[in-house]
Amino acid sequence: MKPGTTSAACAALLRRDLALIWRRRGDALNPLLFAVIVVALFPFALGPEAQVLERIAAGTIFVAVLLASLLSLDNLFRSDLDDGSLEQLVLSPHPLSLLLACKIAVHWLTTALPLIAIAPLLSVFLHLPDTVLPVLLGTLALATPLLSLIGAICVALTAGMRRSGMLLTLIVLPLIVPVLIFGAGACNAAQAGLPYGAPLLWLGAWLTLALVLAPLATAAALKISLT
Amino acid sequence: MNPLVLWFHKLGSPPYFYRLAGRFQPWLYALALITGAVGLYGGLFIAPADYQQGDSFRMIYVHVPCAWMSLFVYVFMAANAFVALVWRIKLSETLAMASAPIGAAFTFITLVTGSLWGKPMWGTWWTWDARLTSELVLLFLYLGVIGLYHAIEDTRQAARAAAFLALIGVVNLPIVHYSVVWWNTLHQAQTVSLMGQSKISSSMLWPLLTMAFATHVYFFASLLARSRAALLALESGKDWVREIALRESAQEARAHG
Repeated sequence: MKPGTTSAACAALLRRDLALIWRRRGDALNPLLFAVIVVALFPFALGPEAQVLERIAAGTIFVAVLLASLLSLDNLFRSDLDDGSLEQLVLSPHPLSLLLACKIAVHWLTTALPLIAIAPLLSVFLHLPDTVLPVLLGTLALATPLLSLIGAICVALTAGMRRSGMLLTLIVLPLIVPVLIFGAGACNAAQAGLPYGAPLLWLGAWLTLALVLAPLATAAALKISLT
Repeated sequence: MNPLVLWFHKLGSPPYFYRLAGRFQPWLYALALITGAVGLYGGLFIAPADYQQGDSFRMIYVHVPCAWMSLFVYVFMAANAFVALVWRIKLSETLAMASAPIGAAFTFITLVTGSLWGKPMWGTWWTWDARLTSELVLLFLYLGVIGLYHAIEDTRQAARAAAFLALIGVVNLPIVHYSVVWWNTLHQAQTVSLMGQSKISSSMLWPLLTMAFATHVYFFASLLARSRAALLALESGKDWVREIALRESAQEARAHG
């Protein structure tokens, strides 16, 4: 039997993953609910004064989105590993890094994109000024793919383990400190009326680097943990 | 074969490395102990007190060598991790994984002594200064590597996965460092540079360099001890380990009469 073209394989993988998530669409809502609840906890802890909340709004939303997508990362390879289809991916004649890039793209589309979509709601909760909202959405659009890409490498390293939740957090969080610094930094600069172009450009540069290298690294890491 | 290359190939073999490391280990420990004692005595008693900080500047003799070591050990670990992943040398895996806890310990000591030093000098235990923050991130990176290594059951697979993580950390560490510097300078104009441009006098410098030498030697001594133990566990099914075990138990039996 002749193997199909690589683009056909990628398209099939994308269709399959999207269909799988669509059939369990209730689960896909969990990261959203998690982010909403985390953000709603802050006013309870800090008091309802608008000035205080306004001051911490961008950073809080950023951390909540980050934790929510971290929570969903654990499922990136879990079901595929359980039913053996991940091994089929590794054995397939197509470049593993491309196939994994498709999986990462699906993860971003189904968890990060909804999170970006509810960011305006979260910013209303915390009285984020309207002028900062476009900057927040822009930084989230650059930062969440970075989280998915860097997170995927770490998930691939922990793929063979039974319970990897806490360890995954320990591994991923130090690596994404710069994402948080630049992302929240851009929002805070915009809020203070300062220029915010530089951190956005940094995020863009880093995203470009990660788009090229992270799928390769994920493939290498997956091969290590599946041997 | 070139004798140097031959020696290098022999060094990669666990029994040869085990014997060689066993011969070096006590000497390295002794050297570390002596130079450490000399350096500490020189730093704590001979060196003059600082005109601004008084005696509390003497913390430098523990803090700064440990801070240098925390970076040096990471680079050493990453270099071994690279060798382990590219050439699949078993000894490099062992060395990389044996250096991780030592590096984490040095990083921890750096943070604790820095905090103890910061209290009398800056009036606070902790400040989100760029260097402190990147040192903290470095500690988390070490802990991640150690955690991953211990979470996977198969030792060699665990070592390869943790080595890969260490390499990702190397790519990431400069980005973390510069982003933290950038973040800090954006928010706080005040920078904490204790040493700054001030030239350190030679009476203060030599104990510092002696301590730096002692910590390096201690690292290698501790590394040899740890990797010897790790090699015994890794190769526990092999003949050379059985010979060592038999010899040790025979000696023990003789000692107990």
